[in-house]
Amino acid sequence: MAKISYHTHDSKTHTFDIQNGLTVMEGAVQNDIPGIDADCGGGMACATCHVYVKEDWLDKLPTKEDGEEDMLDMAYEPKQNSRLSCQLIVSDELDGLEVTIPEKQA
Amino acid sequence: MNKTDVLIIGAGPTGLFCAHQLGIIGLQCEIVDNLDKAGGQCIELYPDKPIYDIPAVPECTGEELTNNLLQQIKPFNVKFHLNERVEELKKNENRWHVKTSGNQKFDIAAIIIAGGVGSFEPRKFPVKECEKFEGSSLFYSIKDKTIFKDKTISIFGGGDSALDWAIELSNTSKVNLIHRRDGFSGAESSVQKVKELNDQGKLNLYTKYQMDFVGGENNISSVKIKHDEGESKELQTDYVLGFFGLIMQLGPILNWGLNINKKTVEVNTENFETNVDGIFAIGDICSYPGKLKLILSGFHEGALAARGCFKYARPDEKLRFEFTTTSKAAQERLGVKK
Repeated sequence: MAKISYHTHDSKTHTFDIQNGLTVMEGAVQNDIPGIDADCGGGMACATCHVYVKEDWLDKLPTKEDGEEDMLDMAYEPKQNSRLSCQLIVSDELDGLEVTIPEKQA
Repeated sequence: MNKTDVLIIGAGPTGLFCAHQLGIIGLQCEIVDNLDKAGGQCIELYPDKPIYDIPAVPECTGEELTNNLLQQIKPFNVKFHLNERVEELKKNENRWHVKTSGNQKFDIAAIIIAGGVGSFEPRKFPVKECEKFEGSSLFYSIKDKTIFKDKTISIFGGGDSALDWAIELSNTSKVNLIHRRDGFSGAESSVQKVKELNDQGKLNLYTKYQMDFVGGENNISSVKIKHDEGESKELQTDYVLGFFGLIMQLGPILNWGLNINKKTVEVNTENFETNVDGIFAIGDICSYPGKLKLILSGFHEGALAARGCFKYARPDEKLRFEFTTTSKAAQERLGVKK
């Protein structure tokens, strides 16, 4: 279990306990967080679950596969700290993770 | 005016199988899709990825599934209208009149929306000012490349479309290619070609830059790009092109008076009709308690929606339930030779 905080563009923060093994994207979808549509259902094929990860978490996350970086080319306003939340699998180590949803995506 | 029984919106697996079910019960249909080929997400998002949960098919790719479905509906000579998006819908007594983006007109008894997560549209620049130049000096696809001759073009993106157009247009135009990172998702040979052209001074490549601002009066005159580290550059340019792939959007469906809930259309589970009589929704785009977004659910929904259309298309007839194994009528429609 990990506490994950989702910052939405309306400056609200939604914090939930997400079960280990789910992805950060699934945690958002199950809790109706606006701005994470996950149109392709987690197949790394659409970039609609794009999030910005809080800087100090960047090194603690598993590195990106090639396909993820290619898909981020298609995202709205990708930055250095961009990730696809469907590729971030929740574990105890991710407890306290904070992600921000890009404004344009909502 | 195309007159037929049913119009299916969306040529994904659900729409294709629904055409089969309509054909079996003797109704005619035509299919409209915004993409340039049939298959929907199966073709656009994962043509090579295996699918393991189609009943009686242990494993197949999105492309194989699409080809098999097209094969299956061949006897019904279904007419496809590709590269078209349904724009307008009007009730006309007991019929529906529909108009598409390409000005195709339909007169139909019922509509089945099998639109997946919406129609595929180009993903646009997040910079607000881009909107006012769209279609005049800023484009997301190229229809007429001759307008770029001897002009300066700034192309954004790192996939095959961006690379191919950068290479092609560099023959007759001054090209800036701007991409947010050093890596590209396009073909390696194109990446090499772009780098060569850059070294030869035939193209200007800017990596780790993204659009910050576009300026100009009626047409774009310059574009400001910003480096990852914060440094900005202003490039003089006549045109801006953006190639960021496709995104799925519900589009005009939103304006048809349907009950929409989180990008999906509410339906009943008896025949998958929406709150509007004669409009049905099946596949990923429909929602009801217990809805599963699986292809097999779409097939089931299509079979029932097809039968739901019957009363609108043949108000004076009664639908008989028959099996394809034994029904003469169904076998005739399938063209089975005995």
